[in-house]
Amino acid sequence: MLIELRDLHFKWPGNPRDTLCIPQFSLSAEEKLFLHGPSGSGKSTLLALLAGIQTPDSGQLAVLGQDLAKLSAPQRDHFRANHLGYVFQQFNLLPYLSVRQNVLLGCQFSKLRRQRAAGLAGSPEKQALALLAQLELGDLADRPARALSVGQQQRVAVARALIGAPELLIADEPTSALDEARRDAFVSLLFACAEQQRTAVVLVSHDPRLAEGFDRSLNLSELNTASQVDHV
Amino acid sequence: MFEIALRSLRSRRLTVVLTIATIALATLMLLGVDRVRNETRTSFANTVSGTDLIVGARTGSIQLLLYSVFRVGNATNNIDWHSYEKLAKDPRVAWTIPVSLGDSHHGYPVLGTSHDYFRYLRYGDDQPLKMQSGHEFSHLHDVVLGANIARRLHYQLGQKLVLTHGSGDGALTEHADQPFTVTGILAPTGTPVDDTLHISLDGLTAIHQGWESGSASLLATTGALSADQDRAVPPPDSITAFYVGLKSRTGLFGVQRAINQFRGEPLMAILPGVALSELWQLLKVAEQALQVLSWFVLLVGLLGMMTALLVGLNERRREMAILRSVGARPWQLFALVVGETACLLVGGIAIGGALLQGALAIAGPLLRDHMTLLITPGWPTASEWLLMGCTLLAGLVVSIVPAWRAYRLSLSDGLHVAA
Ligand SMILES: Nc1ncnc2c1ncn2[C@@H]1O[C@H](COP(=O)(O)OP(=O)(O)OP(=O)(O)O)[C@@H](O)[C@H]1O
Ligand SMILES: [Mg+2]
Repeated sequence: MLIELRDLHFKWPGNPRDTLCIPQFSLSAEEKLFLHGPSGSGKSTLLALLAGIQTPDSGQLAVLGQDLAKLSAPQRDHFRANHLGYVFQQFNLLPYLSVRQNVLLGCQFSKLRRQRAAGLAGSPEKQALALLAQLELGDLADRPARALSVGQQQRVAVARALIGAPELLIADEPTSALDEARRDAFVSLLFACAEQQRTAVVLVSHDPRLAEGFDRSLNLSELNTASQVDHV
Repeated sequence: MFEIALRSLRSRRLTVVLTIATIALATLMLLGVDRVRNETRTSFANTVSGTDLIVGARTGSIQLLLYSVFRVGNATNNIDWHSYEKLAKDPRVAWTIPVSLGDSHHGYPVLGTSHDYFRYLRYGDDQPLKMQSGHEFSHLHDVVLGANIARRLHYQLGQKLVLTHGSGDGALTEHADQPFTVTGILAPTGTPVDDTLHISLDGLTAIHQGWESGSASLLATTGALSADQDRAVPPPDSITAFYVGLKSRTGLFGVQRAINQFRGEPLMAILPGVALSELWQLLKVAEQALQVLSWFVLLVGLLGMMTALLVGLNERRREMAILRSVGARPWQLFALVVGETACLLVGGIAIGGALLQGALAIAGPLLRDHMTLLITPGWPTASEWLLMGCTLLAGLVVSIVPAWRAYRLSLSDGLHVAA
């Protein structure tokens, strides 16, 4: 299992009630999961836990067999650098870096991912260019990131999340700023790249039409016992 | 990481340039004040050296120093020539330099003295006076110019000039009947010597013959006195002050006491080093005020930098979240802010130092001409390195505030940042 989650409880500091209360959840390697649910149901919170930005108050959360709660904060940061790619809803790039530099940022903090990138393509630099080409951005590598359209920026973010072949890619509503045509193209390009290097995908979206093509689709409010109490 | 910092700075060019300019100007101020302060103090302390005592009519020691060395103000009383002769013969005395002031030329003081002036007077690090061109006065109407006078009034050897009776605004009557010839020009010293015209005591006596009543006599105006360059002139009645060099400094206080208790007339002997530092104490207030001011300018500069960094930080929360998502640790973001600030500081301080050199290259000649202050551009001194180090350190301490805020924000934001 890539992710194993049991009896997880999480409460934001200052909130009276638990935000997340998940009895059981797991994700296998290379699986593509579509996670949806109403606003406020805790989707982004769950992603923050998976990414090791937050830690559960109780329960078990293991990624790649590693119990995240047992790691110190810097160790979790290192773990994230090594094994995780993250795509934001919008504004993914450092505008003052070139497209290529933004992609390389994905393995800047991880020696492991630099090595894997070198193993896959010869060098991180080469894998960055290969990913960009695959995401149909080949001729934009040396443009400043701020010169790109929103759709192009989101694809650069995918390249950054995938460089060095991490085990898991997390995307929090990556398509909400895209129109319908570009949304579908985005997801299929994302899948193609992820499959190629066997990276699992957890994608969060409001839009159920996106679910097509995923291995599994999950409504968080069904999983999360806390949010049901919340919505009474 | 370093490249990210540099590129991030470049993307905020305007703020960065303004911040660096602020720091550069604050550094310029700090270093400039320090440099002027030190040079002033050194040039001040270097005005007289090698002289053990300065003797004048009894008055305040600072006043005596002011008129005998800096030619500022007037002597209340003169020293009788016979008293001088008597004291100069003291067996403990190695040499004396008589000094007679009072006349002027275009506002510059005229000093009557003996050849011993050129032989024994020392300044700075025991430097003797040097002739830049020509030679000492040998005739009655010869004059040796200080370096500034020759340069500013464009005088050359052999040129004739007329001295003015008295000094200050009321000095209008000229010794037109007895013009002087420039026979020598002294090399620059950075002391009041540069602003002085030197003539022999006899020359001074000669131009005042027939002036006892306070205005030119018939004899003087007819030009009868100017004819003979080497006519015999009686010794002067009095002199303004004299410098004393002793054979051995062990007798210093004994000689000083002897002069202070001199029977013939009320005299006073001062130790120039002591009097100079007393005078410096008086001037120090202004100097310290300037120094405090320059520190405040630096403080304002650093606070400005902190404001710019803090304001910028809010716009950079997005950037922080991205860096966190790829695995940057909060302390690395802290280091990023401190590192960026260090770049700003080093840039600003370097530019400030360079500006100082430029300013000195431009203002150096002006300072030399108007303040007899010799400040030349040059590699920073130890105290300037220290000041620049302090600025850097203070700046880094100040940068802890925005850096700590970046650290806190990156922890509380995590990956959630509203676009
Ligand atoms: N940083 C935070 N501090 C405190 N409470 C938070 C924080 N982030 C989210 N919450 C709370 O946690 C709950 C779940 O929020 P979350 O962002 O996970 O929902 P979501 O499912 O991602 O919603 P959306 O679809 O609108 O993005 C909300 O009630 C929210 O107020
Ligand atoms: Mg969300």
